[in-house]
Amino acid sequence: MTASPLFSAFRSSLSEAWASGAGLLLPLGFFAGTAALVPFTLGSDAELLSRVGPGILWLALALSSMVTLERVFQADLQDGALDLWLQDTGSISLVAAIKTLTHWLVSGFPLVLLTPLIGFMLGVSPDKMVPAMLSYALGGLVFFLWGGVAAALSASVARAGLLIALIALPLYVPALIFGVQVVDAGLESPSFLFLCACTLFALGVAPAAMGAALRLAAE
Amino acid sequence: MLSYLANPLRFMRFSRLAVPICFALGAIMIGWSLYNGLLVVPPDEKQGGDLMRAMFTHVPSAWLCMGLYAALAGASFVWYIWRHELADVAARAIAPIGAGYTALCFITGSIWGQKGWGAGWHNLILGDSRLMSVLVLFFLFLGYIALRAALETRQKAARAAAILAMVGIVNVPIIKVSVDMWQTTTIHQPSSVLSIGNSEPRAEDEGMNPVYLQQLLWGFGGHTLLASAMILMLMRSEVYTQQADRQLALKLEAS
Amino acid sequence: MSDRRLIEGRGLGAVRGERVLFRDVSISAVAGELILLRGANGSGKTTLLRQLAGLSEPQAGDVKRISAHHWIGHTNGLKAHETPRTHLQHWARVWGSDAEVGAVLERLGMTRPANVPCRMLSAGQKRRTALARLLLQPRDLWLLDEPFNALDTEGQSKLAEMIESHRAEGGAVIAALHGAAPVKASREVEL
Repeated sequence: MTASPLFSAFRSSLSEAWASGAGLLLPLGFFAGTAALVPFTLGSDAELLSRVGPGILWLALALSSMVTLERVFQADLQDGALDLWLQDTGSISLVAAIKTLTHWLVSGFPLVLLTPLIGFMLGVSPDKMVPAMLSYALGGLVFFLWGGVAAALSASVARAGLLIALIALPLYVPALIFGVQVVDAGLESPSFLFLCACTLFALGVAPAAMGAALRLAAE
Repeated sequence: MLSYLANPLRFMRFSRLAVPICFALGAIMIGWSLYNGLLVVPPDEKQGGDLMRAMFTHVPSAWLCMGLYAALAGASFVWYIWRHELADVAARAIAPIGAGYTALCFITGSIWGQKGWGAGWHNLILGDSRLMSVLVLFFLFLGYIALRAALETRQKAARAAAILAMVGIVNVPIIKVSVDMWQTTTIHQPSSVLSIGNSEPRAEDEGMNPVYLQQLLWGFGGHTLLASAMILMLMRSEVYTQQADRQLALKLEAS
Repeated sequence: MSDRRLIEGRGLGAVRGERVLFRDVSISAVAGELILLRGANGSGKTTLLRQLAGLSEPQAGDVKRISAHHWIGHTNGLKAHETPRTHLQHWARVWGSDAEVGAVLERLGMTRPANVPCRMLSAGQKRRTALARLLLQPRDLWLLDEPFNALDTEGQSKLAEMIESHRAEGGAVIAALHGAAPVKASREVEL
């Protein structure tokens, strides 16, 4: 499989995501909304908020990654595009990986860019902002990859949202733990290396699982 | 042995005998370990006094739930590669038993921990990495069962569930490591309390009394047999259900 | 016409749940043939075709795919935001084909709606767009699932003509069809 089919896959899923404009704003709104609710639930104690702020953002990131995942592969299954991808490309795993990465770029990466704003709102100290953004980017990638596996497995299930959450949440645990530690301890800590390792592992394993799951979903 | 049993007819003949035997032996061994553990052995004051007697259920179930998840993944792998129908039947039967043992392990662990951590028992659960790993394992089992239930045909359910189990097992070590790291760096418990949280006894530990270890091994053997009996029973019922469904499908089409 | 085999399925079987759809079906196509899969609803025509295409794993038997094939399922594979033109351009890029998309669209009478997003097209127009993929790249075997569905008489005769010229060029077609066929089949397989 040469690069040009993969580039085409990237372009088409990008324009698909772009065309469904609400789908793009949905996780952003969800992320910001969840974070904005925190002061109401925990009170306005500035010291407390700045301490729990990064953790709250992690939680919001994990949840909002799931808001849109339900549709990633389900739409392809329903309109028959999945059949074409399975037929005419060497590797459905690569296509699935491209689709997930595109998805992360469209609805996960903007959350990273939004982090300084919400972090500021929650009083997270500025020197933590760069590690936070970097670990949100890497952790978000892990979330989307494992979430993508769950979404591919339940692509033929009608209301898959809760099922995806149940399947994917245990797989989110390592990235969540290491990610929170990176925000606390900075980029020099071993946790950052562990987070990178988690990301690489997900990049290696999740596409194969997604490919197998999509073959099954098409049956 | 396994390839001999892969034939469903032989499996049914074997399991018909094996189920009652496993049940009986398992009950005797669990009974013996509980009798000794609850009534005979002296309580260990360092480990929570009489509450430590929960150990004789907690530790065998902790060993078992890890083993059962590995067995689930193993059966899934066998099904995925060789498409042995019986392997899928086994995986399907292991899941609820595994979920049950993770729940049992979690519950007994929190009962045991109740006294050990002065500030309230929930702190121990959420602060103890081993129990948290068990909780994550419980959700892995739960997700597996939910996925099976959601897919419409047996073939699809088998394939999707096998993929999920294999994805799960490669993640289990990572989850374990990460949860362990999480505890050492974020919850700063004094080590004397940690030793209560670290519930799995090792023979080389100086504090481990050999009378405890003996009962633990009896309990482990008994629970293994009990779990096997329950799994075999579920497998038998699944084989019967499939036969009945096949008949039903034929009948429905004929009418 | 040569005796060249393009695809060969032997002893195929399908089970859904506990229900047996079909068992021990063997089917092969040589160049120039048009094979129609016949059978009532639920007899497994689509499943057999998907097994031939490699989209569905046979529960028994095996399929030997000797030459490349096109697949048109009963879903069209169109995205709501795509236009017929961008859809064809996209797949031409994926397949590395340099076919003239405009000419392909014209052969199916889709020149006028070529730039309209698919969500605004009729079922027949979407079907024509999907069928246009067959002309993007020459492949020996066409696997078509109910290809005449949703087409008007003009579309049907266009497709029949496409199938005839494909056969004349040494290709073969296997199609699942439940209604009357507007084309003359060389063979029918009853399921």
